[in-house]
Amino acid sequence: MESVVFIFSLIDCCALIFLSVYFIITLSDLECDYINARSCCSKLNKWVVPEVIGHAVVTVLMLISLHWFIFLLNLPVATWNIYRYIMVPSGNMGVFDPTEIHNRGQLKSHMKEAMIKLGFHLLCFFMYLYRLVSKIV
Amino acid sequence: MSAPAGLPPRPAASREAAPRFQNGPVQGQMHFPSGYGSHPPNYSVPSGHYSQVPNKAAASHLDNEYRASYYPTYYSAPAQNIMTPSVGTNVLSPQESQQFYKTSPHTVGSAEGPIQGAISSASYLHTSAQQSYSAFANHYSTSVGSSVASQGFPLNSDDYTMPVASSAMYPNVSYPPVAAGSVYGQAYTSQSLPAVGQFKETNTFSSQSTSVPHSLQQHVPMGYNSTSAISSAQSVQDNISRSPTGSVAKANNQINRGGIDSSQSVQSVKQTVPFTKPGAGTSASSAVNSSVRTSAPSLSSQPRSSPSVTQSPEPALQEAIDSSSTTSSASPVLNNYDALEGGGYPETRSVTSSPVPAPSAPQTSKASKPFGYGYPTLQPGYQNATPPTPVQPSNPGQHPGFQHYPQQYPGVNQLSSSLGGLSLQHSQQPESLRPVNLTQERNILPVSSVPAPVPNLNSDLRKLNCSPDSFRCTLTNIPQTQALLNKAKLPLGLLLHPFRDLTQLPVITSSTIVRCRSCRTYINPFVSFIDQRRWKCNLCYRVNDVPEEFMYNPLTRSYGEPHKRPEVQNSTVEFIASSDYMLRPPQPAVYLFVLDVSHNAVEAGYLTIVCQSLLENLDKLPGDSRTRIGFITFDSTVQFYNLQEGLSQPQMLIVSDIDDIFLPTPDSLLVNLHESKELIKDLLNALPNMFTNTRETHSALGPALQAAFKLMSPTGGRISVFQTQLPSLGAGLLHSREDPNQRSSTKVVQHLGPATDFYKKLALDCSGQQTAVDLFLLSSQYSDLASLACMSKYSAGCIYYYPSFHRSHNPAQAEKLQKDLKRYLTRKIGFEAVMRIRCTKGLSIHTFHGNFFVRSTDLLSLANVNPDAGFAVQMSIEESLTDTSLVCFQTALLYTSSKGERRIRVHTLCLPVVSSLADVYAGADVQAVVCLLANMAVDRSVSSSLSDARDALVNAVVDSLAAYMTTASNLQQSMLIAPNSLKLFPLYILALLKQKAFRTGMSTRLDDRVYAMCQMKSQPLVHLMKMIHPNLYRIDKLIDEGTIHVNDRVVPQPPLQKLSAEKLTREGAFLMDCGSIFYIWIGKNCDNNFIKDVLGYPNYASVPQKMTQLPEVDALSSERTRSFISWLRDSRPLSPVLQVIKDENPAKMDFFQHLIEDRTEAAFSYYEFLLNIQQQICK
Repeated sequence: MESVVFIFSLIDCCALIFLSVYFIITLSDLECDYINARSCCSKLNKWVVPEVIGHAVVTVLMLISLHWFIFLLNLPVATWNIYRYIMVPSGNMGVFDPTEIHNRGQLKSHMKEAMIKLGFHLLCFFMYLYRLVSKIV
Repeated sequence: MSAPAGLPPRPAASREAAPRFQNGPVQGQMHFPSGYGSHPPNYSVPSGHYSQVPNKAAASHLDNEYRASYYPTYYSAPAQNIMTPSVGTNVLSPQESQQFYKTSPHTVGSAEGPIQGAISSASYLHTSAQQSYSAFANHYSTSVGSSVASQGFPLNSDDYTMPVASSAMYPNVSYPPVAAGSVYGQAYTSQSLPAVGQFKETNTFSSQSTSVPHSLQQHVPMGYNSTSAISSAQSVQDNISRSPTGSVAKANNQINRGGIDSSQSVQSVKQTVPFTKPGAGTSASSAVNSSVRTSAPSLSSQPRSSPSVTQSPEPALQEAIDSSSTTSSASPVLNNYDALEGGGYPETRSVTSSPVPAPSAPQTSKASKPFGYGYPTLQPGYQNATPPTPVQPSNPGQHPGFQHYPQQYPGVNQLSSSLGGLSLQHSQQPESLRPVNLTQERNILPVSSVPAPVPNLNSDLRKLNCSPDSFRCTLTNIPQTQALLNKAKLPLGLLLHPFRDLTQLPVITSSTIVRCRSCRTYINPFVSFIDQRRWKCNLCYRVNDVPEEFMYNPLTRSYGEPHKRPEVQNSTVEFIASSDYMLRPPQPAVYLFVLDVSHNAVEAGYLTIVCQSLLENLDKLPGDSRTRIGFITFDSTVQFYNLQEGLSQPQMLIVSDIDDIFLPTPDSLLVNLHESKELIKDLLNALPNMFTNTRETHSALGPALQAAFKLMSPTGGRISVFQTQLPSLGAGLLHSREDPNQRSSTKVVQHLGPATDFYKKLALDCSGQQTAVDLFLLSSQYSDLASLACMSKYSAGCIYYYPSFHRSHNPAQAEKLQKDLKRYLTRKIGFEAVMRIRCTKGLSIHTFHGNFFVRSTDLLSLANVNPDAGFAVQMSIEESLTDTSLVCFQTALLYTSSKGERRIRVHTLCLPVVSSLADVYAGADVQAVVCLLANMAVDRSVSSSLSDARDALVNAVVDSLAAYMTTASNLQQSMLIAPNSLKLFPLYILALLKQKAFRTGMSTRLDDRVYAMCQMKSQPLVHLMKMIHPNLYRIDKLIDEGTIHVNDRVVPQPPLQKLSAEKLTREGAFLMDCGSIFYIWIGKNCDNNFIKDVLGYPNYASVPQKMTQLPEVDALSSERTRSFISWLRDSRPLSPVLQVIKDENPAKMDFFQHLIEDRTEAAFSYYEFLLNIQQQICK
């Protein structure tokens, strides 16, 4: 049972890692002016909800399977994801808004955020892997 | 140099040439008729035609030529099927088609139509040139403006190349001042001293410029910032010392515009140019050009200029034709820097002041101090002339004479303040750093308006620097590091007014535009030439080759002097771009009007005004023979108007399926203005009466906008939306969010942001298709401007708001709408524009403010650009600037003119880098700082909250003054001290806090507040400052002292008064200039003579409540008042509305709310505010 949980988490985590990398690549494309703000934002906004869901699922799974440490580790990031999604002003086109992304260093902060998430997911990935391996062995 | 147009947008070269790349490129091209498509190769052909025009000036002729070159290709092609078939199927779906094709039940234009048509067609016969000439005269109000105002009149700008050649005829003489001077020398100077000629030498680039009798200053329509007596006096001084004959010129800052003025300029053209009859349809530019030629005789005293000047036309022609192939030519570089000593070169005009400043101190060494002369000689002139606009900031520091100034006149605060910033280079302590004790100094306002500080550069660079009206930086001394900037607690940013109406603008036609190979910076006056063949970019420091072509200077006709090219001699230039800068053929001017015709709209009666204004200005709409126009009206349905040529009357097509809007006949809704003119006139005459009995109260704005977008997307252009209520149907419907009880809340103001992203998305779609949406909101109730404004904000449109508009109940608003529309319809317009702001390596742009879409880190996409739009950017210092002493900023605005030319307007600003905190404060530009802070505060109040924004504003003052006081250690901490450069900072911030946008505690309607915020983001600095801190003058005792002469009018110059009720006396009458509105307040015991003479009523009691005009009474005081008011009016593009307010008038609250130094129930008085700041600093 436990190994199933971790196998699932591992897959989910992989997906989240890929997503973070995708975010970083797209944002740096925008930074270098390879794509324009409009298409960049519409690309990224599509993936905001999957990211929130994907991460929330792992978090809840950990809670259900009573892995307290991993749950607490995931909780702040999941909360931040949801908070960010909820707090989008009504006039904006999503978390990434093409009219504002170049203002007030938003691009940089989005980039930083994606980097941090990437690091976090990598950490989680190895943690799940370790737990899985230790369970199986 | 640049990548060819067809390449994908990625290469750096064509980045700016890529207006459309984001939205699936060039649909336009596909749809365009073959003729259109093949246009670019022929692009140079019209220039051949056009260059001849100045000779044969008649514009009808021109028109024909134009037609000849465009029609066959464009219109014969089966082009009009631009929109695609999907529509057709929809339309013809049987059950609905009947409904759609309901023709208008009203017979259109049966009785009055023909008459109207006859009238207007008659006027049209006068040739469009004349029409547009007069438009030009009104709006640009000067003939010299030619090269800039190219859109105001029908000539293709290729004829600007003419003067180049003409100048080339006489080597070493930079002719342009001649042109300008000669025209105005005769027109505007009232000679009090005979003057012969001036002869002077600009310093570094030492092109000899001949100049003309009297002052050289150019005559400028909207000179907010004009030469002061000082600078001109200096030039006079200079002239005296240099010229063999000697001359005295006097100039003042003068601003005038409008009827008298323009007729004057026309006359002057008549005088100088016998063969140029203004009425005969010559364009202003040709008038100027020819005046260059004809003025030669008057200059014959000067050996170099005369002989060749008259020969110019033929070679010019030759050159113009050639220019398309290989040679490059520059057009009139009306370079009057030498006359104006840098600074505000484009916006000065020559006027004489009544008392003659008689400069006497002999000049010795020109090289070292080109304009210097002793202060004492200046003083009388200065006092007499009392310039209303800045004591020209341009010439500070370098005058040794000024250094004595503080010692000599220590107590004269007003004088010293208006000279503030004039002695930056003072050895001990610059004037701008002089500590001012704010709590003790009562009169901190200068006599006239506040000058822009001048960067502390050497005189050569200063002369070349960009005008502060177009380009201003909050800190004219750039701090070396971000740490230093943080310490100073002042924002670093730029305020731009890039598309301003200019009268002097060098237009350069060249096959290669020289740019840096790595950062794509345009060559500018601040680059350094390493040797003859190489130049070093001043932004990225790359060393570039000088192209062969650039070695030849068409101005002097000499080879091997690249540093004398006009690009390198002017910081504001305009290039005619080649096809490298296009992704598709330049678009025609396309205007679409979307009009609300619901019950509410009909009740307000705006349709009559709009249609009337359109009828009057139909011929003055900027454009060429391809100009297209269309109309959509909407209530709960959307109505289209088929205006296809050949119809006997306009056909109304109603689409009631607002959930899935489509275009009934896509190809006949936007029609050629010239071909369908009669139909358009019929429609405009009929429209106001068509909906008089409507009972439809709903408004389907969203679907109408979607339809408009569909209609415009193949070409791009301008959509003007007139809306009178909250949109209540279809996509984009809004709900009332305002709670009237919260209007005066001091706590939170909600709903400053948009309620839906519909309008934002629409705006971005429009922006992608090069379409701008301008919004006119005329409503009496809450209409959620915060949401609606998005459609203009992100599509680079503009927003006009007329609260409680009603045609008969609120005549002031009706008049305002009328005037705004006149300006709106006839002003210059640039299509499919992009603007890029580049800055020296180490600086980067942090935030943009204004109406546009930021497409990439430094590229703004502007579907339309208009001359009244201002922009602001915040900068940050990313890398230390220690290894450089100068930083430069360059904005390049690439746009398609209404004549279908691709043009690039480039402004370059150069500023010194400093390492000490004191220097940073010395260079602070308080007005720019305040405007940038206002922009930031708007962002803050939308993203966070209003109270946060207010706190941030107060903190900005507290922090910066506290930081200043810590640097000046010798100051007593108990006093509130500010450097002279920032002494108005607390006052302006207090004014901001009491501004509609940010005030709390007073009842403010949400829409009013949001509108004020929109204006802060999109107004250029000059307008914004008047909005924040109005000017108050006492006008019941206008005296002769300090009057200035504009043309033949005497304009009194009353001093600025504090905005405080203590200055208002019951015996007086006061004028408050709030930018868009003038208030005249009359005290109860006001002199009866004043009331009788100026207002035209026997006594105070009989003055009516609603008075919006001053009668023309034949009395001195009346004349003076009127000339003063019209002089103020002329200084701005929108003609403000006048409102006379009596003491017991209910409208007096509008007046009193602007008295920002007084205490109100909810806000501090100025003194209290200072004490509050002091308290916070000490904390």
